[in-house]
Order: sequence, then C-alpha cells, then structure tokens
Amino acid sequence: MKPTDTGNPDYFHKVVDCQWACPAHTPVPNYIRLIAQGRYSDAYMVNRASNVFPGVLGRVCDRPCEPACRRTRVEEKPVAICRLKRVAADHRDDIRDRLPKKPAQTNGKKIALIGAGPASFTVANDLAPLGYECTIFEKLDKPGGLMRSNIPAFRLPEDVLMDELGYILDMGVELKLGTPVESMSALLKEGYDAVFVGTGAPKGKDLGLPGRDECQDNIHIGINWLEEVAFEHTDKIGEKVLIIGVGNTAMDCCRTSLRLGASDVKVMARKPRAFFKASDWELEDAEEENVEILVNHSPKAFVHENGKLTGMLFERMEYDLDEAGRITDQRVVGEEMIPCDDVILAIGQENAFPWIEAEAGIEFDKWSVPVVDKVTHESTRKGVFFGGDSAFGPLNIIWAVEHGHQAAISIHNHCRGLPLTDRLPDQINLASAKMGMAEWRYSNAFDDAPRRKMEHVELVERFKKIDTEVELGFSAEQIATEVQRCLNCDVHTVFEAPLCEECDACIDVCPVECLSITPNAESEADLRAALSASDPTVDQDLFVSSALPLTGRVMIKDENICLHCGLCAERCPTSAWDMKEGVIKIHHAADQLEPTEA
Amino acid sequence: MTSFVKPKIRRSNEPLNELGLARADYEGNMSTLCAGCGHDSVTAAIVRAFYELSIPPHRALKISGIGCSSKTTSYFMNDSHGANTVHGRMPSFATGALSANNDLATIGISGDGDSLSIGLGQMAHAMRRNVNMLYMLENNGVYGLTKGQFSASADFGSLPKKGDPNEFSPIDPVAFALSVGATFIARSFSGDRKQLVSLIKAGLKHKGFAIIDVISPCVSFNDHKGSTKSYAHTYEFYSKAVHADYIAPSQEIVAAYDEGEVMPVELHDGGYIQLRKIDNSYDPTDRGAAFNRVMASDNANEILTGLLYIDESQPDLHRTQNMETRPLNEIPYTELNPGAEALSALQSEFR
Ligand SMILES: Cc1cc2nc3c(=O)[nH]c(=O)nc-3n(C[C@H](O)[C@H](O)[C@H](O)COP(=O)(O)OP(=O)(O)OC[C@H]3O[C@@H](n4cnc5c(N)ncnc54)[C@H](O)[C@@H]3O)c2cc1C
Ligand SMILES: Cc1ncc(C[n+]2csc(CCOP(=O)(O)OP(=O)(O)O)c2C)c(N)n1
Ligand code: SF4
Ligand code: SF4
Ligand code: SF4
Ligand SMILES: [Mg+2]
Repeated sequence: MKPTDTGNPDYFHKVVDCQWACPAHTPVPNYIRLIAQGRYSDAYMVNRASNVFPGVLGRVCDRPCEPACRRTRVEEKPVAICRLKRVAADHRDDIRDRLPKKPAQTNGKKIALIGAGPASFTVANDLAPLGYECTIFEKLDKPGGLMRSNIPAFRLPEDVLMDELGYILDMGVELKLGTPVESMSALLKEGYDAVFVGTGAPKGKDLGLPGRDECQDNIHIGINWLEEVAFEHTDKIGEKVLIIGVGNTAMDCCRTSLRLGASDVKVMARKPRAFFKASDWELEDAEEENVEILVNHSPKAFVHENGKLTGMLFERMEYDLDEAGRITDQRVVGEEMIPCDDVILAIGQENAFPWIEAEAGIEFDKWSVPVVDKVTHESTRKGVFFGGDSAFGPLNIIWAVEHGHQAAISIHNHCRGLPLTDRLPDQINLASAKMGMAEWRYSNAFDDAPRRKMEHVELVERFKKIDTEVELGFSAEQIATEVQRCLNCDVHTVFEAPLCEECDACIDVCPVECLSITPNAESEADLRAALSASDPTVDQDLFVSSALPLTGRVMIKDENICLHCGLCAERCPTSAWDMKEGVIKIHHAADQLEPTEA
Repeated sequence: MTSFVKPKIRRSNEPLNELGLARADYEGNMSTLCAGCGHDSVTAAIVRAFYELSIPPHRALKISGIGCSSKTTSYFMNDSHGANTVHGRMPSFATGALSANNDLATIGISGDGDSLSIGLGQMAHAMRRNVNMLYMLENNGVYGLTKGQFSASADFGSLPKKGDPNEFSPIDPVAFALSVGATFIARSFSGDRKQLVSLIKAGLKHKGFAIIDVISPCVSFNDHKGSTKSYAHTYEFYSKAVHADYIAPSQEIVAAYDEGEVMPVELHDGGYIQLRKIDNSYDPTDRGAAFNRVMASDNANEILTGLLYIDESQPDLHRTQNMETRPLNEIPYTELNPGAEALSALQSEFR
C-alpha cells in the first residue's frame, strides 16, 4: 500500500473523533486542557470561535461528539464533553473586551437575515465585525428562535441565552422583533446585497385520526404548545397527559406538562425502545421525573364525550426483528384505550414557506424543502442563502451554527464578487509536545476514573417553578476528574520513517497493541492481519509509513484504538515517533483571503 | 500529569489464550532500560511465548545474573517466581532451584558479560549437565550496565564508541555450547520477533539445556557505525538457516511449506519441534555438521540464525541423577523429614 498522506489536514483531524464528529469542528481536547489549567475564559473563547454559543450548547447541544469519543473504546462512557463546555461558560470572566467591536465604519453592504434563531445569529456574528450592516427580522417578540420558544427554561435558562445573543447584537447588528417577513418578493426589492433565510422548520405535524376535529381544545401541536408555555400564554394542563411521539420534542413536552400541574404523564411510542429518536440522556432525564414511556402503542383514534377529550385508543403492536435489529414484520395484537385529559402531538416538524412566492425564483423540492447547495448554502436564486432548519429540514443548534458559518463565507464572497467556491481549505499545524525526558506538555497519564455524574435539583424542588434549571453544573472535584478522562486525541503520533531503527520498542510498549512493523502488502486487510485486535469495521484509518531504511518493511498503526499516551514516542530511541499537538485551522468568513488585484 | 507507566487496558476484542489470559497479563513492571534497547524486544518475545503456550505465570521460574539484560526479569510475568542472583552465578542458582522443583517452566536471563566473561565456568557446567532450562543470552557485545566496555563476545576489530578497536578473539556462544554438550542451541535477533518467539516456545518445551544466543543491540554503547552488534549491522548480515516451530501434542504437523524441507523432532511431552530447513544440506541433529556450518558462517561474517542444533535423546540432569520427580514442596513433611531414627539408620549404613 502507498504511504499515508498525513499532510492532508483531514487525516489527523479525523483522529480527533469528537472534533471530527462536531458539525462546527470544535477543538474539544484543546478547550478541555484549558479548563484543566483553570483557564475558563480562554476555554470559552476557543469554543466560541467554533460554536458561537458555548453557554447554550454546554447545556442543550445534541452532542454528536460524545458517541464518537475515543474514550468509549476503552470503557463504557465518553468524556462529558458537553458538560465541560458548560464549565467553561459558567466560570468565565466578563469576556466582552475580547469580542470584535462594532466597526467604526460599515462597508456599505446590507444583509437581511430572516428569523432570529442560531443560524441567523451566527451569520451576523461572522459578518458584522467585517463591516456588514446586518438586520435580523423576527416574527416573535423575543429573539433566539426555538432556543427561546421551544427549549424549556428548565434546560436552558433565558439569561444564558440572552447573554450570548447580546454579544452578537453588541457588534452592531440590528434586530427587528415582531416583524415577520410576509413577502420574499417585497424584501428582495428593498436592495439588500444578500438575504439569509434562517426561519427554521416551523410547522409541527398534526395527526388526522377520528375525533381530531371534535376535541380541538385538548389536542396540542407540541412545538406550538411549548411556544405558548414559553411566552406564558399557557400555564396549565390536565392531570392526565399523553404525549404522542418519542423524540426530543416529546421529552420537552412531557417534562413541561409535569411543571404545569400534570401528575400522570405517559409518552406513547409506536415502536420498541431501540427505535426511539430521543437521545439517551433526554430519556433518562424524563424517566427520572417519573414519566412513563409505553412502547408498541400505535394511535388509532381520539376518544371523546360531549365534545370533551376523554382518552385515546391505541393498537397494540408486535414486531419481528432480524439479527441487525431491523423490523421485518409487524402485526396488531389488540387495542387499548388510555384515558387522558390532554394529548400533545410531538411527531415531527416540517418546513413551510408560505411567504416565499413562486416568482421569487427560489426552487423547492417535492417535500417543500428548498433546493440549496450543500457547500455554499445558496438557493437557486443568486444572493439568497438558507441555513439551519430551513435549509435541509430540522436538525439541531450546532448544525444551524455550522450552516451559519458557511453561509457567512458565501455571503462575504458574493458581496466581493468572488466565486462562492473560493473557500480557504482547512489547515493543520503540528508542534511537538515534548518538553524533556518523560515530560510532555499534556497530561499523557491514563486516568481510569469513570464519567462524573451531573447532579440534579431534587425532584420536589424542581417542579415548584417552571424555570428552575435542573442540572447544577459540575463541582470543582468533578471538573478536576472529568478533564483527566480526555485522552488528548489532538496530540498526534507523528512518524518519521527515515529515523526508525526497527528496534520494536514502540510496538512493545504500546498498551493497546496498535502498532506493528510488517512487510508491505497489497491490501489494507493483509496489513491489518499484523495487528492483534484491529477492527476494520470502525471508521478510522490504518496509518502506513513509507519503507523503513533497514529492512524496507513498513510501520503500521491502527488509529482506532490509540490512547495518545505517548509511550511509543517516549520509548523511541531516535525520535522517529513524536507526539505533536495538532491545531486544525478551520476558516470562517473573517479568515478568507482578500481578492488579489489583477 | 506526565506519566511513564503503561496502563493496563482490556480491549473488547482482545485475544485471550487457553487460560483466558491476555498477552498483557504476562507483562511485568515498566522497563527502565534505555529507549530502544534490544533487551526490551527480547522481553516482549518472552511475554508472547509464555502467553501463546498458555503457561500459568505462577508455574514459571525466571532467574538472572547481573547486567541490563539480567534486569529484565522484572519486566515480564509479575506473578512468576524468580530472583536476580549474583553476577555470572545464575546457572548454579537455576540448578539448585530445579533440583528442588523440576515442574516449573524455567527461563534464565543473562548477558554476554554475565555469561561469557565472569560466568563462563558456571554456564559451561549447566550445559554439560543438561539442566532443564531455557537460557537466554542477550548478546550486545558490551557490558551495557557498566557503560559499554567490550565483553567477551565482541568481535575482533569491532569499533567502540570511542577509542581503539577490540583486540581479542570473541567467544561464540553457539560454538561453545556445541563443544560442551548443550542439547538445544539456537541463535536469533531481538529484531526478528517471529523467529524469536518460535525459538523461545521450542526451547521451553525442550527437556534439557536450551540456549538462545540473541543478538540484542545496546543502543547507548554499541549501536554505532563500525560496531558488529548494531541494529544496522545485524539486519545487514542476518541469515536464516532453520526455522523451528513448536507443535503441541494436540496440534497436527503440517507436511509441506513453501520454503525448505520439513523435519519433525519428537519431544518428551508428545509434541514436536518442527524444523523447516532453509538450506536443505544442513542437518541440525548432526553435531559435527552443525559445528562446521557455524564456523563457516563465522568466517564469512554471516550471522547464522535459527535452531542450529538439537538432540532430544539426552536425559536431563534430573534424570541422570535419578532425583526425586515430585517437587519437594509437594512431599508430605513426614516423608521429607522421617525423623531422628531414620537419620541414624541412614548414618549407620555409612559407618
Ligand atoms: C422542542 C424542541 C427541543 C429542541 N431541543 C434541542 C436541543 O436540546 N438541542 C439542540 O441542539 N436542538 C434542539 N432542538 C432543535 C433546534 O432548536 C433547532 O434545530 C434550531 O433552533 C434551528 O435553528 P434555526 O436558526 O434554523 O431556526 P429556529 O431556531 O427555528 O429559528 C427560526 C426563527 O425564525 C422565525 N421566523 C420564522 N418565519 C419567519 C418569518 N417569515 N419572518 C420572520 N421570522 C420568522 C421564527 O419565529 C424563529 O424565531 C429542539 C427543537 C425543538 C422543537
Ligand atoms: C562480581 C561483579 N563484578 C562486576 C560487576 C560489575 N558489572 C555489573 S554488570 C556487568 C556486565 C554486564 O554485562 P552483560 O552481562 O553483557 O549485560 P548487559 O548490561 O550488556 O546487558 C559488570 C561487569 C558486578 N556487578 N559484580
Ligand atoms: S478522549 Fe477527548 S479528545 Fe478524544 S474523542 Fe474524547 S473528548 Fe475528544
Ligand atoms: S500513543 Fe503510541 S503507545 Fe500510546 S496508544 Fe498510541 S500508538 Fe500506542
Ligand atoms: S545501556 Fe545498552 S544494554 Fe543497557 S539498557 Fe541501555 S541500551 Fe540496553
Ligand atoms: Mg552485554
């Protein structure tokens, strides 16, 4: 096989599992090390550069990084990456003087941003400091999008959100609340240099079953209902509540119901637990509050008496699963009526753009999702960009942020007359972490401490007020332990084949047997055979060196299980292995090159 | 915290041996040898061999003399019996230990200084008595521990790091062992893990004195240009004569290989050492032929490796001396010490 091209920035980036999995590529181990040193504000700023809302995301991020975390290869639970992000936010000093100021002069370019959710705010964050005049139009009276209107305050306190939105508004961004954009065509005539659509996926799905129309008052669409609660238009619900659906919205609906006075809340799932859409931690949090989750119940009809909802009829389902856990067959095995006072439907969201007229020149596909370029975020109309849930359907906050970053680069290029595809590629800088004999500038010791458990407010306390934040944050002891669980995957093993003496010291010292020196082979599978427990099903590469000087064999390394303990580099007599901290430079709008004059 | 301790980590798909132990369960303390020392590789090969043979660590004995090589008994099988003895005196300690308990898988670790300089007499007698042990001679041509003086295995003309070339004739442990009657004689290289592991396994299963002369470079004092025991020199002049694979009693002998002719040698435990000759004209059971071949490659500057001589027919010390076959610690006390009366009866026999 050909030697691995470690010069490609993606090679080492992919080794940092958490950063690679994060849509905004937050340099996780980097900020964890800063937290370990007590440098909370620095850790916050490192986060903010990638994900813009560390305080928000440190509480409610969907955390795609955690299932990816390398720690799970050697023990059950990943590093509490998300909770450590919150640590950085909770303990930061006033960082306002470290943020870009409102520029003294604008560049004269006007950008309209529709919807005040995380996507639009990220675009504004990236463009306002460059001199762009950004105006955000928001239908509601409060900014934040679903972060404000749907994510309950007991998970995300309003002041945490408002602080981080405030940082961006302070950069000279204009926010027009209570100002729905009702016609795209009209807006386009107003002479904006670019338009960004960050209006989310605002339509909650309904369930057209018998009885639906007869008892309107006690059947609620989840996201609308949460918004009513958030803006205090609703403050009660019946005693017995059924939630239909078992995604993250359902989890917020059931927990909110408990805080509005419900005492018997059931979440009704059509399929078995393995098929639930909600994250494990949201399910755990709901079950901790004594929410009952019933599986294999498929809704059949709303039951009502004298125009009042009295219950819901379900079909009891049975499923056949194959070895991979997929459903191969299903059947109805009975019916069950479950009494209730209210039903909340949490079965999904859709895009809806009634305000975008056909003549605006923006194409939609058959599911009413706009046709948007995956890289540039431009729609079929030049100068109109989409991001966040409005672009490709409902995702999450961190994706909305990443879309915002990418759209900002496109808008910057668009306004400078540059091709949208002229984007600076990622770069990686590697610097040796060696300080001396058996001394590294990162904590290379393997700490076998299990994951710290987040403490919660006691059950009785938390239901007294609707906005009591449930999670208490990490204590000093928890912080000190949790940071040591991170394996520092960004401190890379870098190999210089010409220096290798083939003494095998690295191979022997490696605690997970991920190295080998072996004759080169045609296929990766043949090379992997030289390793003791290589698992090619995992999406991590096999490093293959160039031919070694003494025997012409190659050094191979299974990137999957390396713990970044540095023992190979410590043991190498010729420094053919070194541990180098890799900083991946991911470019945002402000980093893009100025056009060169022809 | 920076650390230099190898953490013990169980991987989910880690291979286990017949006893349910992982390779890491045969490891010992963290090595304090120089980074890149050949001896660490030999240690790793020993670990792998014991693991692959599924020898319970508490049924093994590891003993050594003095030197960097001799230190390595600390770096494998923490749960085994063992001792670091006096410089050059490991063979007599081994002889004694095996007389008391000949049920232990016994490995002696020594260096070229420990064995060929101060300990030559001791080693010779263990060989001629055919003590049932595997003797690893980790050969780097110098006294590593005392900062690199030439040992008795340094080749004539080999250059030191500083100063004049070596002026004395070397002792070749393989030729020496052939002359004094060792019954399993092999040479290998710390950089050839595959060969070394097979030889260690075969040597442990051989009943009698097995010696492996392992070229094991000293990176700190004898790995420079002009040294004949460096990694580069060894890789360059390395030559393989005979492979030896241990075949357990339960396994089948494979009849044909791509390279070389196959020749099985039956062992006392019912298993085999399967020899695969790379050079068909060579017969490793013929002592005279082996001697000639070893001398010829010495003259040709070739580092001849593999199992160079084997004789399974000789009884080991325990058998020639008709010693008690049960380990002494398993014999009931009353039998071990039959009392004053029995003693005086015995004494009267000699009056
Ligand atoms: C109940 C619930 C819980 C969730 N929990 C999480 C979570 O824990 N973690 C997570 O990462 N994600 C969560 N999400 C998803 C996340 O909130 C969204 O993916 C994210 O907010 C999308 O951001 P956005 O900027 O695209 O749009 P949104 O946040 O949807 O904001 C769009 C804004 O545009 C406004 N708007 C719409 N149309 C117009 C118009 N014509 N004119 C002016 N303004 C308009 C809307 O009022 C809204 O304020 C949750 C979603 C729901 C429904
Ligand atoms: C009786 C006695 N004499 C001398 C020494 C000093 N000494 C310690 S180790 C050693 C030589 C070891 O050489 P070798 O066996 O080749 O081991 P290496 O360190 O090269 O592996 C000597 C001479 C000693 N410890 N004891
Ligand atoms: S161990 Fe640390 S660096 Fe590695 S994936 Fe987990 S959080 Fe990221
Ligand atoms: S850093 Fe080196 S020794 Fe440690 S696990 Fe990775 S490859 Fe093995
Ligand atoms: S001095 Fe030589 S023999 Fe001793 S540990 Fe260092 S490299 Fe190995
Ligand atoms: Mg020596």
